[in-house]
Amino acid sequence: MSAADEALVTLRDVSFGFGKRVILDHCDFRFMRGKVTAIMGPSGSGKTTLLRLIGGQVRPHGGSIVVDGKEVPKLRRAELYELRKRMGMLFQSGALFSGLTVFDNVAFPLREHTGLPESLIRDLVLLKLEAVGLRGARDLMPTELSGGMARRVALARAIALDPMMIMYDEPFAGLDPITMGVVMKLIRQLNDNLGLTSIIVSHDVAEVTSISDHVYMISGGKVMGDGSPQDVRASASPWVRQFLYAEPDGPVAFHYPAAPLADDLLDGETAG
Amino acid sequence: MIDWLQGLGHRTLSFLERTGRANLFILRVFAGVPALALQLRLVVAQLYAVGVLSLLIIVVSALNVGMVLGLQMYNTLVNFGAEASIGPVVALALVRELGPVVAALLFAGRAGSALTAEIGLMKATEQLSSMEMMAVDPVRRIVAPRLLAGILSMPLLAAIFSAVGILGGYFVAVGLLGVDEGAYWGQMRAAVDWNDDVVNGIIKSIVFGLVVTWIAVFEGYDAVPTTEGVSRATTRSVVYSSLAVLALDFVLTALMFGDI
Amino acid sequence: MMRTRTIEIMVGAFVAAGIAALFMLAMKASNLGTASIRDGYQVTARFDNIGGLRVQAPVSAGGVRVGRVTAITYDQEDYEARVHMTIDSRYDRFPSDTSASIYTAGLLGEQYIGLEPGGADDFLADGDAILLTQSALVLEQLIGRFLFAMTEGKDG
Repeated sequence: MSAADEALVTLRDVSFGFGKRVILDHCDFRFMRGKVTAIMGPSGSGKTTLLRLIGGQVRPHGGSIVVDGKEVPKLRRAELYELRKRMGMLFQSGALFSGLTVFDNVAFPLREHTGLPESLIRDLVLLKLEAVGLRGARDLMPTELSGGMARRVALARAIALDPMMIMYDEPFAGLDPITMGVVMKLIRQLNDNLGLTSIIVSHDVAEVTSISDHVYMISGGKVMGDGSPQDVRASASPWVRQFLYAEPDGPVAFHYPAAPLADDLLDGETAG
Repeated sequence: MIDWLQGLGHRTLSFLERTGRANLFILRVFAGVPALALQLRLVVAQLYAVGVLSLLIIVVSALNVGMVLGLQMYNTLVNFGAEASIGPVVALALVRELGPVVAALLFAGRAGSALTAEIGLMKATEQLSSMEMMAVDPVRRIVAPRLLAGILSMPLLAAIFSAVGILGGYFVAVGLLGVDEGAYWGQMRAAVDWNDDVVNGIIKSIVFGLVVTWIAVFEGYDAVPTTEGVSRATTRSVVYSSLAVLALDFVLTALMFGDI
Repeated sequence: MMRTRTIEIMVGAFVAAGIAALFMLAMKASNLGTASIRDGYQVTARFDNIGGLRVQAPVSAGGVRVGRVTAITYDQEDYEARVHMTIDSRYDRFPSDTSASIYTAGLLGEQYIGLEPGGADDFLADGDAILLTQSALVLEQLIGRFLFAMTEGKDG
């Protein structure tokens, strides 16, 4: 097996839940080095939880999570922080620090974790902003940015320390088509140019499948589909088909569980 | 009836659980304080946000409280022919009680609520999470400087409150009501003891500063990350810290002044 | 980043204002400004009744504060109250037959000890006892004496 086929992140038999609610039920995932892998599924299916498990923000109830050879749930705080310096994460809203300028936001990880002089940091920040096309916006405050611009700045911040992998939480949510195209292009380009491993959590089917090398589909805590975008599109599973082709009804029911309509209406009449 | 008992039991348990978490939280924050010696600019920035910006409300309130004290006490003392004692009355009331307590209540309302809202909002917009994912501990970077700034600001604000209040009393008593200036300050000097009164008042304000800031940052950090959650956390922060200040005031007063 | 400088200046001003307030409280408002009893020598005095005298009460001579009451105890041997006081070492020329009386400051004020110097040649030193004392006036006893004097006058 060549280095390129190696999995950077492996989840084996992972389970997680809140109280009685099961979010992940004995799932397996492999994220290959240098590739873009997408995780798709309906809202609340545990996609964001998956990212939190990989980043060590929560611990699984069972199973193992290995990132670059390290067992994440077993790491102590100092070691976990060392690992996180090599991971980048892009949150849904960008999560820029509202009190700092764009420049200071991108410079933050550099100032905190490297002892580099300000002049060098300045050059690095400008280069990162250039990569996302926002070098001219460096003195703006986050409140002055549009949603798409904020996300691009957050991306520049995520690559500030030249991580080995980046996780994206719903990067396309709420964007207009042009901005969406820009973000798609950036994700793919950065992955290839910087040799990153990218994990994208999204439910924007067309966008995410067009830039991914591998796709996982999860629902109800289980992996429903797993393969290249073409394989998944050709899948016969009714669940996968409903999700991919945006059918309103299918394995994921349209109606929230309730008594038959006739009974409900009749009840109303007799009670009233 | 059973339901009510169950509700009471449930609420007590969750209150205790919350208090436990608050205690663990404050230990974590204290652990991060020594490292602040290397990042003083964070503390300075917070001293500004929490201390300097509270000055206006503190000074205006102190002036008014001092003037009202002067007026009210004069009206009572004049019945005993003891209006010359107005100096010590105003000074002792301020230095022992009103300075630390009212300053703490105002601080809770102005600075405490701002801290809760700020931290709660950072939690709701995932700024705290993203900081964690960038391998920076938000408790050390965001919370610890704010706690330290609160503990340092409170005694200063209480002292300023007492001093301005005494001046307010002076304006009313000497300026408006004709009490002798020498009597105002002279009697005061004889009656106010540095150790027993002023220092005890400062100790009170340090304790209040710790409690108010602790409650404020904890409520923010623990808030439910939605708009409604942050709003409720902010209200809780002001209410709980005000109640805590008043309750602690009784305990501290009993300890410090009860034996005299 | 220029704002940082303004912020630092304002924080500095804030801290300076706080310290100034403390200073003002110390000097103008409290007894820190006046000379406190630093060094002093201990003297005791016995009274039948100390009335409302309390620890920390002033000890004055000629109206000037020269010392402080440090402790009040009850002697079970001779059934008298014993008052311990510290007199500032600057005032070391109190004759050994100085008398101590308990007075009340003003009408409703606190009680204090007034020292009246005697005429002896040697002076009070650390550990000495003041022998001539006058107890506090207790209101009930005063009324009792007054009533007694009144009825006496009527009879006589």
